[in-house]
Amino acid sequence: MMKNENLVHYIYGIADNALILGQRLSELCGHGPSLETDIALTNMALDLLGQTRSYYQYAAQLLGDGKTEDDIAYLRIERQYKNVLLVEQPNKHFGYVITRQFFYDVFHLLLLQELQNSKDETLSAIAKKGIKEVSYHQRFSSDWMKRLGDGTEESRKKTQEAINDLWKFTDELFHMTEDDKQVFEAEIGVDVTTLKQLYNQRVKEVLEEATLTIPEIKWFQKGGKQGIHSEHMGYLLSDLQYMQRTYPNMKW
Amino acid sequence: MSEKEIKNLEEIFEQRIARDEKIEPKDWMPEKYRKTHIRQISQHAHSEIVGMLPEGNWITRAPSLRRKVALLAKVQDEAGHGLYLYSACETLGISRDELYEQLHTGKAKYSSIFNYPTITWADIGAIGWLVDGAAIINQVPLCSTSYGPYARAMIRVCKEESFHQRQGYEIMIKLAKGSPEQKEMAQDALNRWWWPSLMMLGPTDAESVHTEQSMKWKLKRKTNDELRQQFIDQTVPQADLIGLTMPDPDLKWNEETGHYDFGDIDWDEFWQVVKGHGPCNEERLSARVNAWEEGEWVRDAAMAYAKKQEEKKLKKAI
Repeated sequence: MMKNENLVHYIYGIADNALILGQRLSELCGHGPSLETDIALTNMALDLLGQTRSYYQYAAQLLGDGKTEDDIAYLRIERQYKNVLLVEQPNKHFGYVITRQFFYDVFHLLLLQELQNSKDETLSAIAKKGIKEVSYHQRFSSDWMKRLGDGTEESRKKTQEAINDLWKFTDELFHMTEDDKQVFEAEIGVDVTTLKQLYNQRVKEVLEEATLTIPEIKWFQKGGKQGIHSEHMGYLLSDLQYMQRTYPNMKW
Repeated sequence: MSEKEIKNLEEIFEQRIARDEKIEPKDWMPEKYRKTHIRQISQHAHSEIVGMLPEGNWITRAPSLRRKVALLAKVQDEAGHGLYLYSACETLGISRDELYEQLHTGKAKYSSIFNYPTITWADIGAIGWLVDGAAIINQVPLCSTSYGPYARAMIRVCKEESFHQRQGYEIMIKLAKGSPEQKEMAQDALNRWWWPSLMMLGPTDAESVHTEQSMKWKLKRKTNDELRQQFIDQTVPQADLIGLTMPDPDLKWNEETGHYDFGDIDWDEFWQVVKGHGPCNEERLSARVNAWEEGEWVRDAAMAYAKKQEEKKLKKAI
């Protein structure tokens, strides 16, 4: 039987991805390769943070103990964040930013397309709204994968390097935690294992057009969904949480 | 064209401006008008883009999700302003690449206020309240300036700026009504940003080299000193309302003039910052130059890809 706690953790699993990716993208604001891309990346960060707020507000309501969206966003310890390793990877260069985004967007859209059928009305509504936004994200990142892959020799090399480094984080997207299983049984959550085939197909289609390849690797990284993150995560959180930790219990 | 013909064109041009007609990109204009407008519009565009940096400094550390989203949206608006101002400037026959080049080599200036650091969250409130507040006072008259593309860009910019100004003041209200630490943070930010905000309205009339010509072309409708007085008169009561104190012991209401009297502005500091010796001049410029240089391979890729797509289309057509 699904417990309230399972559902809250399930929501964290989705929302933390949006928060952490939104945080990574917002680091870039003002530093993009052109004004147009700067504005587009900021738009995606805004969409993701908007989604984060909807999920956390709902989680806070389910917790019913007076916690707010900000308590959830800012006052957990690193081990309690359930985002996948992929989204916390640093903005090494624009090729990494786009590849990370593309790998996540393809998954994100598939997830929301399923989540909109959830028996939970709130999650279904958040998913429906998100689909419009994430369809744009996927189009943006796919277009850029093609530009970078089939652009110049240098851009192809740089983007292939990003793919080679980031592909190992994609398998984790399709892992089910105990909470995920309970929430799926209750017909509220999505069985992400069923999305993998379509995911691989979509990624492959775009990469082929971009003259890029998926590396042959046998070992994939995992851990984020259990709250075991990369060493990058602590630094990201120390920025994110700085104000709330330094000035506890204040209104902003 | 003979001197007489040029003189004639100039006369017609001046009459059009006197009648409040808009000058459009394809219209004849004196070379000096074109140059002055490139200088001012590009300086304005650069200020928007460089202005993203001090505020961008706090996006990842904003204290709540609501504030983070609002700040991100605000900084994005500034990128948008930069975009339409660069476009307006391009109508005068200069490319965006040339404009960037002028910024990156230090030939073009941007608003000096952005060379001060944002060291606490309250600085984000102070910038919205004071810097955007002063910017609006500078910019509202430009909505009816003589050059059409600039005037139209300014109408959009001003609408968004007044929203930013309220947002900044709202951050300050929250801090001023908060804990003693928050109030102290707000007062400290006001102390640091007040004088640079006054300087933002430009050198005193006696020192301002461009004022006379700019007034004639309606590129300016009030003098720097008039605008500064307007800003002070408007802002002091806002500080009073939330219990913050302006860092100026000479500031007091003058019944006779109906304005606030205020203390001396440290113009040495202003000129030092203009000359490049502000606390963050180097950081700001190098952040822009880095973004541009590190983005070169990305822009090249986009161009190369577009060219390949064009060739493919051509081949198909044949």
